[in-house]
Amino acid sequence: MSTSDTDFLGRPIIAVTGVGIVSSLGKGVETNWEALTSGRSGIHRIDRFSTEGLRTTISGSVDFMGEMGETSTGLSYAMAEAAGSEAIRMAGLDDEDFGAPLFLAAPPVEMEWQHRLKLDAMDGSAIDAAGYDRLLQIARKHPDPSIYHLTQCSRISELLADRLGTRGLPITLSTACASGASAIQLGVEAIRRGETDRAITIGTDGSITQESLIRFSLLSALSTNNAVPEKASKPFSKDRDGFVMAEGAGALVLESLASAKARGATIHGLILGCGERADDFHRTRSKPDGSPIIAAIKAGLADAGLSPEGIDYINAHGTSTPENDRMEATGLAAVFGEQLKQTPISSNKSMIGHTLTAAGAIEAVFSILSLKEGILPPTINHDTPDPAIELDVVPNTARRQEIGTVLSNSFGFGGQNACLVLGRAPGA
Amino acid sequence: MTDTPRDVLITGIGLVSSLGEGIGTHLDFFARGPGLQPNIKSEGYAPYFVHGLPPIDWSRQIPKKGDQRQMETWQKLGTYSAGLALEDAGIPMDEAVRGEIDMIVAAGGGERDAAVDAMVMERARGANDVGAVINETLSTELRPTLFLAQLSNLLAGNISIVHKVTGSSRTFMGEEAAGISALYSARARIASGQSEICLVGGAFSAERKDLILNFDLAELMLKDEWRPVFARSGDHQGIAIGSVGAFLVLESPEHAARRAARAYAKLVSATGDRGRRERERTERRFAELLADVSQAGDDILVLSGATGLGDLVDIERSVLAERLPNAPVRAYGTMLGHSFEAQMPAGVALAAGALARRSAIPPFDSGEERPAESAPRHVVVTSIGHLHGEGVCHLEAIEGAGS
Repeated sequence: MSTSDTDFLGRPIIAVTGVGIVSSLGKGVETNWEALTSGRSGIHRIDRFSTEGLRTTISGSVDFMGEMGETSTGLSYAMAEAAGSEAIRMAGLDDEDFGAPLFLAAPPVEMEWQHRLKLDAMDGSAIDAAGYDRLLQIARKHPDPSIYHLTQCSRISELLADRLGTRGLPITLSTACASGASAIQLGVEAIRRGETDRAITIGTDGSITQESLIRFSLLSALSTNNAVPEKASKPFSKDRDGFVMAEGAGALVLESLASAKARGATIHGLILGCGERADDFHRTRSKPDGSPIIAAIKAGLADAGLSPEGIDYINAHGTSTPENDRMEATGLAAVFGEQLKQTPISSNKSMIGHTLTAAGAIEAVFSILSLKEGILPPTINHDTPDPAIELDVVPNTARRQEIGTVLSNSFGFGGQNACLVLGRAPGA
Repeated sequence: MTDTPRDVLITGIGLVSSLGEGIGTHLDFFARGPGLQPNIKSEGYAPYFVHGLPPIDWSRQIPKKGDQRQMETWQKLGTYSAGLALEDAGIPMDEAVRGEIDMIVAAGGGERDAAVDAMVMERARGANDVGAVINETLSTELRPTLFLAQLSNLLAGNISIVHKVTGSSRTFMGEEAAGISALYSARARIASGQSEICLVGGAFSAERKDLILNFDLAELMLKDEWRPVFARSGDHQGIAIGSVGAFLVLESPEHAARRAARAYAKLVSATGDRGRRERERTERRFAELLADVSQAGDDILVLSGATGLGDLVDIERSVLAERLPNAPVRAYGTMLGHSFEAQMPAGVALAAGALARRSAIPPFDSGEERPAESAPRHVVVTSIGHLHGEGVCHLEAIEGAGS
């Protein structure tokens, strides 16, 4: 390995040699990038299930994956498979024999209502009263491993490992809405340790169900701006009122720069650094002084060997909740100071909604595309700026601007904060 | 980053199971064997077998009632065990110290409110618009905080809040494989210099009918007649689940020396693999994971995390008999039950405790397990996942240590 292949700490530089995406905007990198840079929204009225009586009736669900879309586990797999195989093929590798580890960010899964109700309707129990005692008796009479499989959190990574031909025991992780970024961090660490020359990292989330929507709704986290769905997600606006649940998957092939160069792979961008810091304040709220967010951003910059001046663009977490956007702006201001006003920042979630477990991965893919194409996607629906948040949010229309570095933020329930620093490919 | 991999020490253990709390309690109990009886609840769970929790004074590790109310049992069990591990490692409740500790948690989740679920099923019977019934019932009956109390990464979130561990927080999911990967990742980060100290472990709460339902839909549960793990085969095989919270503090020798911490044992390796489960392939993969251990010489004890599924027990025992023919084997699921995500962390906790004590562990099942002639210098912990994932951890005694 030559010195040009290692970073300022002598670690292997991490190249991104392939990316893949599924979101409510469509399937594939090209479709998504075209829609995103046109400022198009993927948010729509929910027709997957009855929304009668619900406070929120809109989402960025992905409804075009065929019959795999009938369950959360199936949909999460199908999107991960589509994004993962796209990324591997773009990297010029065999998408049935990737030959390296898989790091997967996936939503926790459990039995779905359709299956509880299906079991309850069967014979085989002496107990009439509804409940788990009855279902257990029915299960003993009518075992159905297909339902069991859908309840196993390792199910998605197992299917992916077989489909993509990855090696070793895949890691399935969940750091809530930071999961996609955490998966990339695990891949980066494995390559830096010299365990592998490359890895595939995927974030996927296909978990919009009645119950998941109601759970977020009960926490008052969701936008209830149902009237015009595509206008509901308005990060950093004064009248933002919550996030819009969404689905999707993002995948990246990470590779040591030395290995990518040796096999003549096209390098689309670099992962320069990763930072994280947990919050001990509250289960859903950030510490009021923003110190964990600040520490995560600083850790990301330090890992990349950059100062705030070295960051050209920020891909915001920008969920459109009153709390997140204010805390994100506060944290960034503390790290960037006056520099922040000159640093454009936009939220992909204004168009694709909040893809939860997948968000960090999808936004890392969009960050790589921004670096490669020299286009900053807009923050749409930015009609009423929040005077308390002074940011250049690239309002409403994409901007052509050559950039060399991106900071991508991801923050989640449970005090999860992860930040990635991405860079342009050498010589690009 | 360091160029030469560093040793990884185990400097704290927090273990809670149906047998009690604390590693000492478990080892004391085992020392009274052979002929021990596990603590199994069948009342309310027949025909299944559940190793349930003894009474626990949660406030000993989770002082605020408000925090306890925000957690379902598995989160409380994990948070409590994590507190025990930190206390056992002698790490003061000082935010500056605990804020530098990394964390990896192997978690399941998804605890249900059984009464609400029953209500939805009851009301959905014969309803014209089942979707509307689900919406209305869940919207009005679900506790808003239940979502967080059962969300996978909120075990780690609660550990941050209650015990102030905030260096980093990663939650791995996926049954047994999650526990294997958590130990692998924590060990690799410390060995390579990416981390100095890491809290790693998991928890599993067995007293859940919703979860038994998932597993018995695939006919995986032991029913009607309880037998020790290695005696399960044919019509008498399956999983007896057990509540377990198991956390460890892993640390670099330099970090441990700076704070004069004592170590239980060295975690020499933690490896895992997966693949199709045909007998020969599974045997080959498992044997491969044991490759470095086979060089370790004599004085090896195997702590098997076997599930109780007959074919897998058979594969594991035949490979162990070939690769480690002299090593006594103990299936700790016989005493603790099977705890999925927590299974490997629990085995490593028992292994580290046994090595530090320099004590042999009497057989849990005299019919299938033979006595050990001497205290082990090495312990190999195995976990062949009930559906997929296989893992092996290798621990070694600290030279000159012992109590």
